[in-house]
Amino acid sequence: MSHHIIQADNLKYKYPDGRQALNGVTFRITHGESVGIVGANGAGKSTLLMHLAGVLFPDEGEIRIGEVPLTRKTLPLIRQRVGMVFQDPDDQLFMTTVYDDVAFGPRNYKLPEEEVEKRVISSLDTVGILHLKDRPPYKLSGGEKRAAAIATVLAMNPDILVMDEPTSSLDPKSRRRLITLLQGFTHTKIIATHDLDMVFELCERTIVLKDGRVITDGPTEKILCDAELMEECGLELPLGLLGCPVCNAKKTI
Amino acid sequence: MSNPVESLYNIRLLDELAEKKSIIHNVHPLMKVLTTGAYLLVTVSFNKYQLSNMLPLVFYPVIVMSLADIPAIPIFKRVLPALPLITGIGLFNLLYDKSPVLVLPWITIPGGWVSFLSILIKGFLTILAALILIATTGMTKIALALRIMRIPGVFIIQLLLTYRYIAVLLEEAGRIVRAYSLRSAGEKGIKFRDWGPLTGHLLIRSIERAQRVYRSMCCRGFAGEYHTGREKGINTGDILYFAGWSISFLIIRYFNIPAMIGWLMMGVRR
Repeated sequence: MSHHIIQADNLKYKYPDGRQALNGVTFRITHGESVGIVGANGAGKSTLLMHLAGVLFPDEGEIRIGEVPLTRKTLPLIRQRVGMVFQDPDDQLFMTTVYDDVAFGPRNYKLPEEEVEKRVISSLDTVGILHLKDRPPYKLSGGEKRAAAIATVLAMNPDILVMDEPTSSLDPKSRRRLITLLQGFTHTKIIATHDLDMVFELCERTIVLKDGRVITDGPTEKILCDAELMEECGLELPLGLLGCPVCNAKKTI
Repeated sequence: MSNPVESLYNIRLLDELAEKKSIIHNVHPLMKVLTTGAYLLVTVSFNKYQLSNMLPLVFYPVIVMSLADIPAIPIFKRVLPALPLITGIGLFNLLYDKSPVLVLPWITIPGGWVSFLSILIKGFLTILAALILIATTGMTKIALALRIMRIPGVFIIQLLLTYRYIAVLLEEAGRIVRAYSLRSAGEKGIKFRDWGPLTGHLLIRSIERAQRVYRSMCCRGFAGEYHTGREKGINTGDILYFAGWSISFLIIRYFNIPAMIGWLMMGVRR
């Protein structure tokens, strides 16, 4: 399964306004791993994800998905393998029905309509919103929209799922449902988020970014429990690890 | 500024109507586009004084709307914003065309009034026909019809994206107006001096949003062409639909049906 491997080598990227968003990011993610990318606002998380999906190209350095380097030429191939779920599901849902939105990707790859239908039904079923397939996306709730956005990506049968803040603006129940859903996926998952508790539950590995650099990369338990490191990177311990707000009893792992 | 959220609702209503199931919705998009094209051509081809000749053209929107179960009032409301423009164009006829076309013992009707009314009716009917086409077909299927007509893809995609981005623009405008009104201490509307910054802000925000939408499309393999899925073939019923309407339009164009009915009734009386 070497095509599930993601290798980023010394990625550097500067926005047109001169802000250096990535400043030498290097990592390697292997098949089936769930990796949380955390960092303060402006650390470079979203920029990094956009590089992984081929939306932005690095000024220096290289990304390889499996054996294939990510270039403009290899983009169609890479985009079939890497599915990106955007932070705002409204950016991802633009057709008149949920069905058409989920079918948008497979149809772009000119799959036969029978196959498109099979994929759409299966993706919607996986995320639990098959009953909403004929609804206009703008009439869905926040959680339903997020599920639909994930289904649009699942319908492409990607090997790797890249998600930008998947739990943002979700109510607690929708968030829990999403986490349970993601736990069931066998894809390689890369999740950029501020929701450290979700990272704790979902990702066995965490990469911490600060000012466009990888500060640390290792097991989630070790990293997220390091209060000093979290403080240094503009973060804090996951809420689940903080003391009880009533009796102030400290939690231990 | 009129309420952008309401405008957004309006634009989405057309999309929702296009998803309905009816005998008209089932007609192949190409035939509906061609029928609408024929209707527009016939409507604008009438002479400015042929007011009575064009009256039977009203039957097309009425019949299509009732068969497609399209509510009349919301559609008529969408024609209204264009009426001031049409009126503006027609007003000059009132000023310059004063030749009498109808002299009655008690009043003389100048040509300007007839041509003004004719422009109003033509404008109303053509916009109505275009709206009915969108409400019974949907923009994506209209694009499919244009593709069959060999219209260059770049124009079709421009049309589709413009249509999609109207919603993006309205959403952003709605947010800005809401945020403004919450801090404008009960004042109505937007102060003139704030229009510049707000419009600039709206432009930047909608461009950014449009870029994000475009990126998400690219991430799912979009390469400049919309695919609408299972494309229904053209059957005899579709051809008959187009042929039937085209013949009706030609009859309306070349025969003054209201006058004929008038003569018939007068004849019966005699």
